[in-house]
Amino acid sequence: MDEEYDVIVLGTGLTECILSGLLSVEGKKVLHMDRNDYYGGDSASLNLTQLYRKFRPDQAPPAELGRDRDYAIDLIPKFIIASGELTKILVHTNVTRYLEFKQIAGSFVYRDGRISKVPSTEMEAVKSPLMGLFEKRRAKQFFEFLQNWKDDDPATHQGRNLDTEPMESIYAYFKLEPGTQDFIGHAMALYLDDDYKKKPARQTYNRIILYTSSMARWGKSPYLYPLYGLGELPQAFARLSAIYGGTYMLDKKVDEIVLDSQGKFVGVRSGDETVKAKQVIGDPSYFGAGATGAGAGKMRVVEEHKVVRAICILKHPIPGTDDSDSAQIIIPQNQVGRRNDIYIAMVSSTHNVCSKDIYVAIVSTIIETDKPELEIRPGLELLGPIHEKFVSISPLFTPTSSGKEDNIFITRSYDATSHFETVVEDVQDVWKRVMGSDLVLKEREIEPTE
Amino acid sequence: MSRQYQFKLVLLGESAVGKSSLVLRFVKDQFDDYRESTIGAAFLTQTVQLDDQTTIRFEIWDTAGQERYKSLAPMYYRNANCAVVVYDITQSASLEKARSWIRELQRQADPSIIIALCGNKTDLEARRQVTQEEAKKYAEEEGLMWCEASAKTGEGVQDIFMAIAKKLPLSAPQSQKGQARAGGQPRGVDLSSKPAAEQDGCNC
Repeated sequence: MDEEYDVIVLGTGLTECILSGLLSVEGKKVLHMDRNDYYGGDSASLNLTQLYRKFRPDQAPPAELGRDRDYAIDLIPKFIIASGELTKILVHTNVTRYLEFKQIAGSFVYRDGRISKVPSTEMEAVKSPLMGLFEKRRAKQFFEFLQNWKDDDPATHQGRNLDTEPMESIYAYFKLEPGTQDFIGHAMALYLDDDYKKKPARQTYNRIILYTSSMARWGKSPYLYPLYGLGELPQAFARLSAIYGGTYMLDKKVDEIVLDSQGKFVGVRSGDETVKAKQVIGDPSYFGAGATGAGAGKMRVVEEHKVVRAICILKHPIPGTDDSDSAQIIIPQNQVGRRNDIYIAMVSSTHNVCSKDIYVAIVSTIIETDKPELEIRPGLELLGPIHEKFVSISPLFTPTSSGKEDNIFITRSYDATSHFETVVEDVQDVWKRVMGSDLVLKEREIEPTE
Repeated sequence: MSRQYQFKLVLLGESAVGKSSLVLRFVKDQFDDYRESTIGAAFLTQTVQLDDQTTIRFEIWDTAGQERYKSLAPMYYRNANCAVVVYDITQSASLEKARSWIRELQRQADPSIIIALCGNKTDLEARRQVTQEEAKKYAEEEGLMWCEASAKTGEGVQDIFMAIAKKLPLSAPQSQKGQARAGGQPRGVDLSSKPAAEQDGCNC
């Protein structure tokens, strides 16, 4: 550890691993450390032994759940949106060669006490119980308006302006019912609350187009999932980093962020050793998040809000999903009198994340009260009998400074959204702060024998 | 009708025993005396002609240096069909390391994995510290294939991969779980494929 590095990266979550990979490809000398003996940090997938060690340290995993090694339980419920930014990074860096992907079978939305599939074809849309006959006609006009919109052709604008008009006025123009608005804003544009309605329609337009183009790409649902769990993603980017010279140290205690007299970053101390580098990037847990008392180090992050997540092991598919092997279910906040949506993400042995005939569902939401478990009850009730349940409450942290002054660049916690788009936004943001220029994806050089 | 079978092969062993050099010799018939630690090319493929009808394509994974601080990801072992665990015949400690990698493979990899223990650097016979008898005895006890080779002269290198190719089970259907992707075609969704043809009408 006596060498000097360009960048030290702390924590092997997906955000840090993408950054580490891209920085190594760029020619930076990277040292990547993690206090855990596994990859992935907060975005890891755990086997049963690791899962029980984390949530029930005094209990061994029950034998009836099957082989330990068959499990890869995600800690964070997210899917890859097919036409999204993460897909672009995966393809550009060519790490797809280390991964295999499967589709998520269906996306569902909760309305008036029951769940319905978000239509993926015109046929499904015609049959969908989500809208009545006249409402379907209005919705069709709305979607045709979006699909046909061309910025430079006012004839396609119907007198609307996406950049100045709020989304609610576009809804009003097409006379869409509140339930339809819930479905469009939450199940397609994937907003967690209703604040978007007062904001310019442009962002909602972009999100709906992303959703429909993702849906059109492989059908069924707009989501993809890596076989063996989401924890494969950080591993794949870590391998990219290593191939380009990145040095990896797992199971390494990080005791101190060492600063000079001006408060600028100098190095990282682990035990008696200090490794020097020009810059440090890390997840909030290495910069005071969750730490208390003496020796916790300087607090460089603030808590924005908290998320409750319940990992539920089921022995049956979720009722009402047509026995899907995987699904997303969105419970829009208005439907259950909340401010934030409740999400359910479910995968199964089809994705090589658990034993046969086991289904793993994660119910999550942003916490609004002091009784978080009660808040996710509408989600839990949709699951049927729950065989095992592991509930956790995670504060979401965001850095207090840009790192420009001290060369300390901190990533954000994984938020409550159902996909990785905000993770990529964070990658782009940190990249810009670290490198001083925008992240431009370059094709990875073709390796000699391929 | 000729058939091609694809298998994932992983390399293991202490740093500087010559893992990458063996692969470089096998894949490109090259050797570089001052080869840097693995950078840039840690995913190579090479085919072996088993007979007139059968070609074996190895998808070879190098450690990319992640073995140095015991930081190899589970992904590395996943679905590996065969492993070459390398030691340096001039460093007896490297055989000890090889033993611990073999234990790791037995713990992490599929139980049906074929493991070859390989002593590299036979061109440095004068400095030999690990006898053939010692290594062979250990390999026999553990049920491993065993061989010696020199990445520098090329001696024995092709033989390792040919011997492994002969031991791989060709009867199993390629799509079976635990097999590498057949013929380089991903079994799942191919992210880099062009979007599907426009679907009829709007999506809702």
